[in-house]
Amino acid sequence: MNAADWILPGVYLFVLCAVALPLGRYMALVLSGRPHRGSRLQRSIETKIAKLCGFDPNDDMTWPRYAGCVLVFSIICLAVVFGLLNLQGSLPWNARGFESLSWHLSFNTAVSFVTNTNWQAYSGESTMSALSQALGLTVQNFLSAAVGIAVMMALIRGLVGRLQVEGGRLPSTTQSEVFGSNHPATHLGSFWLDLTRSTVFVLLPLSILLAIALVTQGVVQTFREQTTVKLVEPVTGPDGTTIEDQHLPLGMAASQVAIKQLGTNGGGFFGVNSAHPFENPTALSNFLQLLAILLIPAALCETFGILVGDVWQGRTLLGAMLIIFVPCVVAAEWAEHAGVSQVLAQASGGDLSDVDNLEGKELRLGTSSSVLWAVATTAASNGSVNCMHDSLTPLAGLVPMWLMQCGEVVFGGVGCGLYGMIVFAIVTVFIAGLMVGRTPEYLGRKIEAREMKLAALVILIPSILVLMGTAVAVMRTEGTSVVSNPGPHAFSQILYAFSSAGNNNGSAFAGLSVNSPFYNVLLGLAMLISRFGLIVPVLALAGAMSKKPVVPRTTGTLPTNGPLFAVLLAGIVVLVGALTFVPALVLGPVADHLEFIAQK
Amino acid sequence: MKTLVVAVRTFLFFTVLTGIVYPMMITGIAQTLFPFQANGSIAQRDGVAVGSELLGQSFRNPRYFQSRPSATASFPGNAMAGSGSNLALTNPAWAELVRHRASELRQVQENDVAAIPVDLLTASASGLDPHISKRAAMFQATRVASARGMSLERVTALIDTLVEPGRMELGTIDRVNVLRLNLAMDAEEKTSVSK
Repeated sequence: MNAADWILPGVYLFVLCAVALPLGRYMALVLSGRPHRGSRLQRSIETKIAKLCGFDPNDDMTWPRYAGCVLVFSIICLAVVFGLLNLQGSLPWNARGFESLSWHLSFNTAVSFVTNTNWQAYSGESTMSALSQALGLTVQNFLSAAVGIAVMMALIRGLVGRLQVEGGRLPSTTQSEVFGSNHPATHLGSFWLDLTRSTVFVLLPLSILLAIALVTQGVVQTFREQTTVKLVEPVTGPDGTTIEDQHLPLGMAASQVAIKQLGTNGGGFFGVNSAHPFENPTALSNFLQLLAILLIPAALCETFGILVGDVWQGRTLLGAMLIIFVPCVVAAEWAEHAGVSQVLAQASGGDLSDVDNLEGKELRLGTSSSVLWAVATTAASNGSVNCMHDSLTPLAGLVPMWLMQCGEVVFGGVGCGLYGMIVFAIVTVFIAGLMVGRTPEYLGRKIEAREMKLAALVILIPSILVLMGTAVAVMRTEGTSVVSNPGPHAFSQILYAFSSAGNNNGSAFAGLSVNSPFYNVLLGLAMLISRFGLIVPVLALAGAMSKKPVVPRTTGTLPTNGPLFAVLLAGIVVLVGALTFVPALVLGPVADHLEFIAQK
Repeated sequence: MKTLVVAVRTFLFFTVLTGIVYPMMITGIAQTLFPFQANGSIAQRDGVAVGSELLGQSFRNPRYFQSRPSATASFPGNAMAGSGSNLALTNPAWAELVRHRASELRQVQENDVAAIPVDLLTASASGLDPHISKRAAMFQATRVASARGMSLERVTALIDTLVEPGRMELGTIDRVNVLRLNLAMDAEEKTSVSK
C-alpha cells in the first residue's frame, strides 16, 4: 500500500477529534442541567414533556429504582416491537404485503434493537413493512441509544455526586464532604429526565442534520415503499422467464440511517446495510456516516471529563481508546492491502500491485475506507458495514472480531462504551493498587471488594457469552450446517456471530444463515444478557460508589489522568481481550490466514 | 405501578416523536428540496424510467458494457435482494467462480489478452454496484465498439467524458457509472444513424 492510503485515516481522526470536543462540551451542559444560554428553553421543554409523561423531573432515584425503571421501560419496548413484527401481516402501511415475522425472528429482532445491538437475521427490503421500520425499529434506534447515555449519566453521578455533576463545582474535599455523596438527598438522578435529555437535545438534532445531508447525496426518503423501472436490457429470471420490469426498493431510509450511525445502532434499512447504494451513495455520504459512528462515543469522553470536574480524566479515557484504535486501523489496512489473493492475481493475469481484494467491496467507497469502516464500526458497538466482512482477508477480518471481544470499550456504544471503559479504569486502579500495596481509589473514592466483584461481572459476562455460545453452536448441527464457507473460516463465522451478539455490536460475517430458531434464540439471549446483565451491575456500582466518603488526595494516589494511566488502561483492556480470546482466534482467523498465504 | 404508567406514557410520547414526527419531517424536507435524490435518483430515457443512477443493472449483450459480477438471489443485479457473495478468499468455491469469470471474459473479449481488471472478477458488497473501474471500461471498449460497429476512438472518448475521478485520499479509483455509460452509448449510436 502507498502513502496516500493513510491520508483518509489521518483526516478522519483529525476531523473526529475536532468535532467531538465541542460536541462533548455541549452534551455536558444539556445532559447535566448546568446553566447555559438555552437553560430556560431546555427547562420549559423538559417540564412540558415531564407533565405529558407523568414523571417528576426533580426525582432522585436510588440505584435499584433507576435500574427498575430501565428494565420496565425496556420490557415495554421489547413487547411492542415483538408485537409489531409478529403481527406485521395484519397491520397497515405494508404496501408490499409482507407476512408477519416468525416468533423467533420477531424475538431476535426485538431484542436486537432494544439492546442497541441491531443484529439482523433478515433483509430489510424483503421483510419489513414501512410501519415496522418507522414505528418499531427507528424508535428503538433512538431509545436504546438514549438508555445507554442515561445509564452512563447515572454512573457519573454515582462516582462524583449529583451536586458536582449539576453544579460544575471543582472537586474540593471540603465541598464533597459537606454536600457530596454523603448527603442523603443525592442519588443517581431521574432516568426519565436523562432519557428525555439525551433524545431531545442530543440524538434528535444531530439526526435531523445528518439525515438531510444524506438525502442530498441520494439516500432515499419517501413514503412509497417501491417503484418500478423498465430495464435497459431484460434479464432472465430463475425459472427461465424474461424479466423486463424491475422493482426498486424505496422507503424512509435517510431518517433511519442517520440515527443508526449516530446512536451506534448499526441496523441497516436495507439488507446489505451501508454497502447499499441507496443507503450510502457517495464517498461523501460514506465519510459523514463514518464520522457519525464514533462521534458521540468520542464526545462523551469530553463530557465525562467536564462533569467530573477535570477534563483530563475524560481525555485520558479517550487517549486509551485511541492507543488501541490507531494500531488496529494500521494493522487492518496493512493486512487488507498487503494480502494479495493468488487466485485473483492468476485469474486477472495482471501485475500484482494492481490486484486489490475487491470481493465484497463497492468501487465508489474503495478499499481504504471499507477497512477503516470495519475497524470503526466494531470499535464502537455500531455494527453497520459498508463492505462484506466475510470476504476480507483473514487478518483484516480478525481485527474487527477482536475489537468486539475487547468488550466494546474502545469507543463502544453511546453511553455503554464509556461506562464499560470506566469499569475497566476501576479494574486498572485495582491492579495498580495491588502492585504497590495500596487501597485503590478512583476519582477520590475507594474501590473495595463489592465494587471489584461488580466490575469483574461486567467484564466476565460478555466473554462467557461469546465463548460458551460459540462452543454450543459448533457442537450442534443446527449451528454448523448453515455456514457459507469451509474450514477455519466457518469457525470464524460462528465466533464472529457470538462476538457480535455477546457484545451488542451487530455486525456479521454475513454468510452465516442465522434465521433459524436455534440461532435466533441463542443469539437473542446473548444480546439480552450482555445488555441488561451489564446495566444492572453498572448501576449497582454507581450506587455503591455514591455512598463512599471522599478521601483526600495524597502523594500515594495513582493519578487517573495523564499518559501513564492511559497506557496502563489500554494495556489492561488489551491484556484481558487477548488472554481470553487468543485460543479461539488461532482456531479461526489465524488458521484461515495460514491457508490464505499457502494458496497457489 | 406508577413506574409502569410513567414508562408507558414516556414510551408513547417518544414513539410519536421519533417514529412519526421525525421521519415525516425529514420526508417533507426531502421531498420539497431534493425530490430527485429522495425518490431514488431515477434515470429516464424518452420519459420512461429505466433504472436508478445509483443501482447497477445486469448487462449481457456484447453491445453493452458489463457491470461487476453480482451475487444477488434469483438473477444478477436483483434490486430487491441486494447481497454480497459472503465467500471467503480461502473458499475453493470462490476460486472456482473467479476462474470461471476470467475465462468467460476472455471468451467474450475474443483476442484481447490484456490483464483483466479485478473489479470484473469480484462480486460487489451489495450486488448492485453501479460502477466499474475506468480500466474495466477501457478493457471492454474494443468489444463494445466492434459489436456496435463504431470506432474505438468514439467509444473511449465517451468513456472519458463519463469518468468519475478517483480521489487518492479517499482510497477510490477512476470509475464509470455503467448505466449512464450504456445509455450514452445508445444515444451516441442513434445520433450517428440519424446522420
